[in-house]
Amino acid sequence: MSDERIKQVSAIRRAMIRPELGAVCGTILVFVFFFMIAGDSGMFSPEGIQNWGVVSAQFAIIAVGACLLMIAGEFDLSVGSMIGFAGVVIAILSVQWGLPVWLSIIAAFIVCMALGALNGFLVIKTGLPSFIVTLAFLYILRGMTIWLSILTTRQTIIGGVKDAAEGDPLAWLFGGVIFKGVFQWLGDVGVIETFSRGSRIGQPVVEGLPMLVVWALGLVVFGHWLLTKTRFGNWIFASGGDAQAARYVGVPVNRVKILMFMFTAFCATVFATCQVMEFGSAAADRGLLKEFEAIICVVIGGALLTGGYGSVIGAALGALIFGVVQQGLFFAGAESSLFRVFLGGILIFAVIMNTYIRRMITGER
Amino acid sequence: MSTPLIEMDNIEKYFGPVIALGGVSFNVMEGECHCLLGDNGAGKSTFIKTMSGVHKPTKGVMRVSGQDIAFDSPRDAMEAGIATVYQDLAMIPLMSVTRNFWMGREPRKSFGPFKWIDFKHANKVTMDEMSSMGINLREPEQAVGTLSGGERQTVAIARAVYFGAKVLILDEPTSALGVRQTSNVLATIDRVRKSGIGVIFITHNVRHAMAVGDRFTVLNRGRTHGTAKRGEITPEELQDLMAGGQELAELEGSLGGTV
Repeated sequence: MSDERIKQVSAIRRAMIRPELGAVCGTILVFVFFFMIAGDSGMFSPEGIQNWGVVSAQFAIIAVGACLLMIAGEFDLSVGSMIGFAGVVIAILSVQWGLPVWLSIIAAFIVCMALGALNGFLVIKTGLPSFIVTLAFLYILRGMTIWLSILTTRQTIIGGVKDAAEGDPLAWLFGGVIFKGVFQWLGDVGVIETFSRGSRIGQPVVEGLPMLVVWALGLVVFGHWLLTKTRFGNWIFASGGDAQAARYVGVPVNRVKILMFMFTAFCATVFATCQVMEFGSAAADRGLLKEFEAIICVVIGGALLTGGYGSVIGAALGALIFGVVQQGLFFAGAESSLFRVFLGGILIFAVIMNTYIRRMITGER
Repeated sequence: MSTPLIEMDNIEKYFGPVIALGGVSFNVMEGECHCLLGDNGAGKSTFIKTMSGVHKPTKGVMRVSGQDIAFDSPRDAMEAGIATVYQDLAMIPLMSVTRNFWMGREPRKSFGPFKWIDFKHANKVTMDEMSSMGINLREPEQAVGTLSGGERQTVAIARAVYFGAKVLILDEPTSALGVRQTSNVLATIDRVRKSGIGVIFITHNVRHAMAVGDRFTVLNRGRTHGTAKRGEITPEELQDLMAGGQELAELEGSLGGTV
């Protein structure tokens, strides 16, 4: 008994209702655009690729956490402050207190994930919107970060982490590079330019694949697999789609949400640790506005602000668009303040598209 | 006479000073459809939630297959074989039929420490169960939002039956539906009952109740007004019991007897 009023589902429509579609189109457009206006500016040379690749990877790391949390129906506006906080914790523990860097990193992860759990716990117990609860933590954590930093070192930038991290077993996992041999070989055969002067003569200009990028790829693969293939992923969708209906069939909604707050905090700490290892210092103002940039990546990636729908791959593409445009405007020699104009524009466009797509999925008119 | 699948004996439930249920007795036998009728505010919701483990009764005894029992959570009730299908909270519209069907009980495959949902099996069972209920899906990945209200109720009923419900509580499954969808849901209830499951059908529509009910109990202001077997009572009498008599009779007179 088939319903004669339902048309055969066309391939186009099937593609339309995939959450990533908008982000895939956006990515193609952005690349074509910058190939045209900045193709000869070095943006697509190995060095240029490393430049926007690292920036995109930074966005991707926090976007994965924000994406899963948003699908579970909550926001975390404290991500940016958490990044600053985690960095300062690592710097104070390792430089000021003289603890080994690996221990400082583990401590930062524990403290930040506990704070994530606290965020989640408050949201669940009070029933307040996560917007408000995490907005409070945006201020609390930023204030604590600056205060702690000034209290221990009388300044807001704590340097010296690079020396402390020398030879540390865990620091390498966040600040190192891998595939050095491959990149050296690529340099030798002439795919990547090599230094022609100075102490690093003969070495490729791109030393290797930064661990930051490895983290980003790892988190994206993990997040995508978790969300689409596992039981827990089904519970994430359910918790954001309709928490009450999910509870009635036995989904532990509170646990899912608290764990997602903790995962977001984990991602923020990964970001912070990579940044501290890269710069060799922590600063109390790091991570400013990152919470909004993460949310924008996720929304460009096709997730609904109301929860229950979205894609990690989409969020990762959102991060790629973000990174390519931000760095691309610089390569193209455009006024960099235009980046924000572009960002606002694409955000509005993405939200309108998402709302339209949601109507298509649910058959609302 | 065999033991009832579930028996509620003189259940009372207070919320502070409010007496929501003032001594309600109710039971359902294997393979029967027992209709619980009542107007808005009669205590139907409180009663369902007590049966399904959301509320604990203040007084009174609950028995499942003759054994005294107390539920601490909806999960306990589900494990005892009591499944509830709520009117508007049955399904999550943005998720696929398969994901909804298996929600909370996803079948898994594993390799070492990795476990993932066995979508092949899940999709196949979903398609089979749906077609046995008379719904032909285009594909199991289609979102529940594309189904009609009646189909959503049917998916929820099929889910409860598949996962071994002995008692199925249906909270106003037909109240938001059109004529044709209603008859589909009523046909589903009939099919479920014939498979030996006890159905508790909550409604305020006397005609829907008369269509499938074996017994009828009317709830009014937190109390039961007796239970009648099929054929012992007319629709008009049920209507009167529900509304508490005279007022509606007068109203019905002025409207030409069509309420």
